[in-house]
Amino acid sequence: MTNPTLLVTASPHLGARDSTPRIMWTVVATLVPVCIAAAWFFGVGALLQLGTAAAAAVLAERVTGKGGTLADGSALITGLLLGLSLPAGFPLWMTFLGGIFAIGFGKSIWGGLGFNVFNPALLGRAFLQAAFPVAITTWPRAGGSFWALRGDLFALPFARPHLDAVTSATPLGLLKFEGQGTPLLDLVRGTTTGSLGETAALVILVGGVYLALRGYLNWRIPAGILLTVAALSGLLHTVDPAKPDAAFMLFSGGLMLGAIYMATDLVTSPVTNGGRWVFAVGIGVLVVAIRVWGGLPEGVMYAILFMNALVPFINRATQPRVFGTRLSGAT
Amino acid sequence: MDEAGGAVQLTFLGLGPAFRHGVHPPEEKELTRELPIRRMPYPDELVLPLRQHAGKPATLCVAVGDHVERGDKVGEADGFMSVPIHASAAGTVTAVAWWPHPDGSMAQAVRIKVDRFAPQVARERMVPHWEGLTRAEVVRAVQEGGVVGLGGAAFPTHVKLSPPGDRDIATLIINGAECEPYLTSDHRTMVEYPHRVHFGIRIMMHALGATRCVIGVEKNKPDAIEALRNSVPGDLDVRVLPLTVKYPQGAEKMLIKAVTGVEVPSGQLPVAAGVVVQNVGSVAAIAEVFETGLPLIERIVTVSGHGLRRPANLIVPVGTMLRDLFAFCGGVTPDAAEVIVGGPMMGLAQANLDAPVTKGTTGVVVLARTDTRPSRVYPCIHCGRCLDACPMFLNPSLLGDFARVGRYDEMAELHLADCMLCGSCAYVCPSNIPLSQLFQASKLALRRRVAVPA
Repeated sequence: MTNPTLLVTASPHLGARDSTPRIMWTVVATLVPVCIAAAWFFGVGALLQLGTAAAAAVLAERVTGKGGTLADGSALITGLLLGLSLPAGFPLWMTFLGGIFAIGFGKSIWGGLGFNVFNPALLGRAFLQAAFPVAITTWPRAGGSFWALRGDLFALPFARPHLDAVTSATPLGLLKFEGQGTPLLDLVRGTTTGSLGETAALVILVGGVYLALRGYLNWRIPAGILLTVAALSGLLHTVDPAKPDAAFMLFSGGLMLGAIYMATDLVTSPVTNGGRWVFAVGIGVLVVAIRVWGGLPEGVMYAILFMNALVPFINRATQPRVFGTRLSGAT
Repeated sequence: MDEAGGAVQLTFLGLGPAFRHGVHPPEEKELTRELPIRRMPYPDELVLPLRQHAGKPATLCVAVGDHVERGDKVGEADGFMSVPIHASAAGTVTAVAWWPHPDGSMAQAVRIKVDRFAPQVARERMVPHWEGLTRAEVVRAVQEGGVVGLGGAAFPTHVKLSPPGDRDIATLIINGAECEPYLTSDHRTMVEYPHRVHFGIRIMMHALGATRCVIGVEKNKPDAIEALRNSVPGDLDVRVLPLTVKYPQGAEKMLIKAVTGVEVPSGQLPVAAGVVVQNVGSVAAIAEVFETGLPLIERIVTVSGHGLRRPANLIVPVGTMLRDLFAFCGGVTPDAAEVIVGGPMMGLAQANLDAPVTKGTTGVVVLARTDTRPSRVYPCIHCGRCLDACPMFLNPSLLGDFARVGRYDEMAELHLADCMLCGSCAYVCPSNIPLSQLFQASKLALRRRVAVPA
C-alpha cells in the first residue's frame, strides 16, 4: 500500500460550511438592493456617495489593516453603511475623510476585525457629524431626474460648499422643529428626505429577514429594538397625542438601517442571547428618549454607539448558567 | 419520577428526549450502517501497547521469544485503576519496544509475530457462572477480562461497577447514542447482537444492584431500537428510549440529562445522580467474558470515510496496525487526506499508519481532501454561535480570548473544567478558531501548574 501524505490537525476534523468571509459578503450582497433603492430616490449622486465611502474604507483597510484582510469583506460593509448614513448632497471629500476615519480609528486602531468596541461606520459618521454639522444636516429632496446632482458633491476640500440644491427637513426634523407630521405611506415608500439608506425601510427589512433566516444576524436585536420603540412611543402617544405614534417612529429616520444593519454588527453586539435583549431594549429606549426629549431630531447613531460601549458589561452580566451549576457562571 | 419531567414532556412536544444546545454535523453513516459486521483475518504482526486504557498502564509479563496463545496475558493490571492486556492472537513475542500510539505519542508495546498455522483457539478457561458470584467476584472477573469502556475513553469497566461507598445506583443507562459522524460499530452491535447486549445488562444490573435500565439510542437507528425492543428479557426492567439526533448526545452528562432530566452537578461523577452509564459495546464485551471466557482481545471497529475504498464494520484483533486495516479495506483513495482514530469530532488525526487499533478505537475514518477543515483562521467576530452550540453552556468565545493570552485562572473561573472537548464550538466557528485545541492546551497548563506550584 502506498503511503498517503497525511494531514494532522486537532479535532474537530469537520467544520460547518460557513465562514466569516461568507457572512460578510452575504451582508454586502443584501446591501446592494438598498444601494439601488438609494440611487432610485436620490439619483446618480447616491452612487457617487456610496462609491466614495466604500473606496475610502477599503483603501484605509488596505493601508492600516494587517494584510489580506480586504478579502473578508468587512471593510466594504463599513464603507457602504457609512455611505448609506449620509445625505445625498454631502461633499465627497468629507465622505472620503469619514471612510478613512471609520476604518482607521473605528477598527484598525483597536486591532482590526473582531477587536473594535464601536461600530466603525457609526464612529465615522459621528466624526463627520462633529466636524461638518451643517453639511450633514442638509438634506436634498428625493425624486427628480436620475442624472441631476443634488448638493455640492464636488466641493473642494476646506472650501465652503455651495448649498443651493432644493433641500428640506427630514420627517423627524419637521416634527421636532416645526411640529409637522409626514404621511405614513410616504415614510414606508421612502419618498421623503433623509440619508441615503433611511428612506428604503422596506428594502432594508427584506434584507434583514433574509439575513436572520440564514443566521447571519441575530433576530433578537432588531426585534428588541423595534418592539421597544413601538411600545414606548405607543405609550407616549397614548398619554400625549402630540407625541409621534409608533408607526411614524418605526419608519422614520435611520431606525430600520440602524436596527437591522448597524446594531446587529456581530463584533460590537453582545454574544449572549440574554445580553442581546438587554442591548436591544437599551437602544430602543435611548432612540425614543433622544427623539422625543433630546436636542437632536434623530438618535439612532448615538443610541447604538452608547450601547456598544456597554457590551462588555452586558456580556459579563448575562453569562448563561453553566450546565450542572446552580448559579450563573459569571465572574 | 425525574424521568417524567425530562423525557416524557419533550416527547409530548414531538422533539424527543435531548439535552439543550449541541450541533448537527453531517452523519455520513450511510457509508456503513447497512454493512453486516465481518471478521478481519489475522495480520502478520500485532502491536499491543501496554497503555490502552484510562488509568495506570499494565505491567509487562512476557519476555521476547515467549510463545503466547490467543487470550494469554502479556501485561498484568497494575493496581485497581488498571486492566491486563491480552494477546489477541497466538504467536511469538518478537520485541518489547517504543511504538507509535494512536494518541500521537510513543508507548511501550509488545510486538507479536502471528503464528500463521495456529488454530487460534483460546486456551480452555473456566467460564465463571455469574449468578453465583458476589459483586466483588464479578468486578474481579471483569477486570481480569481486561474490559474497558469501548466508547472511546477506555475507562476500566470494573471501576464503574464499583461505585464509591454505598452509593445506591437506581438506574443503569446504556449508551447507544453513537452521535459521532461516520461511526456505526455500536449500531451494528445492537442490530446483530441484541441478546448479547441484554445479557451484559443483566450482569451489570446484578453487580450494581440496579433495578432499572434505560438504553438510549438516537432515532436515526430505528432497526437497532426495534432489535433491542424485541429482545428485552421479560424479567428485567429494561426500556429502550429513542433520542433526538444531535451531537454530542452520547456524552455522558448529556445522555443522563436526556434520559432522566437530571443535570449531573459540575465537577461530579454520574453516581452523584444515582446512575451509571455504560457504552453498548462495553456491555456486549462483558457478556462475552461470561459467555466464552475470552478476555477483550478484539472489538468491532467502523472503518469508513470518503477517502477509503471499501468502508466496513469489522471485528478487528486489538493490536492490528492501521495500514493492515486499510489494506483489508481496499486501500485509500488518491484524495485521502486525513486519517482519524475515533470519530471526526473528537478523534485523533494520525501521523503514522503503524499505530495499532487499541481497545478504545471505536472507528477509523479516512477523510477525503474536500471533507477536511480549511486551514485559514480569522479573528473572532463574536457572533456567539459557539455559545449556542456548547452543551455545557460555557462561553467558548470568551474562553478562547483568554486562552490565546494565557489567562488560565480566569478560564478556570469560567468553568473550563466542565468543558469535555466535544468540539461543538469549533465545529460551528465561522472563523475556524481551533477552540477545542486551545481548551485542551489550557487544561494541560492548569494541571501542570497544580502539579508544580510556582
